[in-house]
Amino acid sequence: MEKDFEIVNHTADVGIIAYGADMSQAFANAARGLFSLITDLDDVGEVLYWDVELTATDEESLLVEWLNELIYQFDTEGMIFKRFDIIKLNNTQLKARGYGEKVDKSKHKLKIGVKAATYHMLKVDKSNGCKVQVLFDI
Amino acid sequence: MSVPWQGILKKVDDYRWEIPTSYKQGMSVPGLIFASESMLGHILEENAFQQVANVAFLPGIVGHSLAMPDIHWGYGFPIGGVAATRLKDGVVSPGGVGFDINCGVRLVRTNLTEDEVRPKIERLVNELFANIPSGVGSEGKIRVSEKELDEAMVRGSRWAMEKGYGQAEDIIVTEESGCMKGANPNKVSSKAKKRGVPQLGTLGSGNHFLEVEVVDELYDRGAAKAMGIDDLGQVLVLIHTGSRGFGHQICTDYVELLGQAVKRYGISLPDRQLACAPINSPEGQDYLVAMACAANYAWANRQFILHWVRESFTKVFGKSQKELGMRQIYDVAHNIAKIEEYTVDGRKERLCVHRKGATRAFPAGHPDVPDVYRSLGQPVLIPGDMGRFSYVALGTEVAMKETFGSTCHGAGRVQSRAAAKRSLRGADIAKALAERGIIVKAESMASLAEEASEAYKDVSEVIEVTHKAGISRKVARAKPMGVIKG
Repeated sequence: MEKDFEIVNHTADVGIIAYGADMSQAFANAARGLFSLITDLDDVGEVLYWDVELTATDEESLLVEWLNELIYQFDTEGMIFKRFDIIKLNNTQLKARGYGEKVDKSKHKLKIGVKAATYHMLKVDKSNGCKVQVLFDI
Repeated sequence: MSVPWQGILKKVDDYRWEIPTSYKQGMSVPGLIFASESMLGHILEENAFQQVANVAFLPGIVGHSLAMPDIHWGYGFPIGGVAATRLKDGVVSPGGVGFDINCGVRLVRTNLTEDEVRPKIERLVNELFANIPSGVGSEGKIRVSEKELDEAMVRGSRWAMEKGYGQAEDIIVTEESGCMKGANPNKVSSKAKKRGVPQLGTLGSGNHFLEVEVVDELYDRGAAKAMGIDDLGQVLVLIHTGSRGFGHQICTDYVELLGQAVKRYGISLPDRQLACAPINSPEGQDYLVAMACAANYAWANRQFILHWVRESFTKVFGKSQKELGMRQIYDVAHNIAKIEEYTVDGRKERLCVHRKGATRAFPAGHPDVPDVYRSLGQPVLIPGDMGRFSYVALGTEVAMKETFGSTCHGAGRVQSRAAAKRSLRGADIAKALAERGIIVKAESMASLAEEASEAYKDVSEVIEVTHKAGISRKVARAKPMGVIKG
């Protein structure tokens, strides 16, 4: 695998394509892609961890819910995550742990605010490893 | 019969282009794009026609799936999109409002002239920047309990005013009088409330800004005067922000809920982001009353910011509010769904009008236009970008007949954020703007580059189309002197 994720640019918004050998890796990379939009992950330490369990109707919804849950954690708790352990993942359930730290403006330069992950052009492709695509409203 | 433009669009006239229902199977009405021919290339390039066509799939849509000339590629709906659905058998779609519910614009007049403000502009911009929280992750200076937040959701501007932020006159000249009826906090998730509490009274980031500007062109002196815009060189203040994380979470929650409703009601859609539910269903009603909560939050938010703008001016100029004459001209929402009455096929019908990046533009005589403007029409406030102009216009009868009382909302992006950032550096932009007499202060220099003029269509071109097509008529133009951004 050449890279974990790439940023896709649309006129008003920004998307990411994340790759992985399986869905777990792709979901973790999508989440890292999200936080790389918000700040430079090299400046983020692994100080705190946070556990989450989610359910959704299908894998696409699960991806959107996962990313929206992370945006919520950033917006309310100021958490920036740089690494994830996906403990359990199937088409309707996700259990994960994220590692990171709270925003410290003296250390973290915040680049953009992400409003939400959308369903627009959303893709979960498992034909060759796993590739996911998601567009954010910025 | 002329050849269709690029084999797709039927030219109606120089500013109207139709997407026939044959363009995509499943469209129940045609699309109609307001644009000049020179704008069409870009719209085609980014595939926004497809999005206009997709909106035409919504059950109960009437007239056309509309696109204003500032149309650009969105998610689900295009930005600059307007769609009206019948109350009796139509749907409401959170994607047709957008994540930033009641993102909008408030314009304030002053008695000050450019000559008086110019020598103090740097101090003024610094004062505004210090006084108004902005930027990613910014928190407000206001501390509200969840109970108070419920009140803000229900009462909007008036709640903020009664807390000491603003004047009764502000509310009279705010769309919906700054309070959308029917708001029900019980239909708002605890997550949205948690995002909403700390962000009340913040400008935010992205394309949100606050601008001190100077009137540099008057197209209708009489109408301008009635709004308190007396002459060229007069200084105005424009506030552009919305419902912050509170509205984003409500949209997120309801896209999810209505995504499930789509299956329950057997609705077939070309894009999941168009998730919707019948207006008369419990899901549809729940969304509308939760959306009203976010709309009211946004009006309260702009009310707080206006108060701090007034405070900052008083401090910098050492004059009372009375001497400064800082009266609100108007406040418009440009991301919202409203129940309004229109004549459809000769019959009066109540419709749910979705405006996603579009401004209401009611004509003279409309009962929802405040008394002070009843004989003129509703003021329409169109921000440009930080290096170019913003406009004041008025709603028209043509808008009532053709666009469900709507017109454009801004310039519309033409360049992605990354492309803008690659080609321009924030520091260079600030310097170039300063040379042209525009002082900019931003929380993040990167965000400055993303929002540079080059990333936007020329707002003047957009305004020309709406003016010549007759869906709003221009009154005044202002150019920026000082800008604060997130």
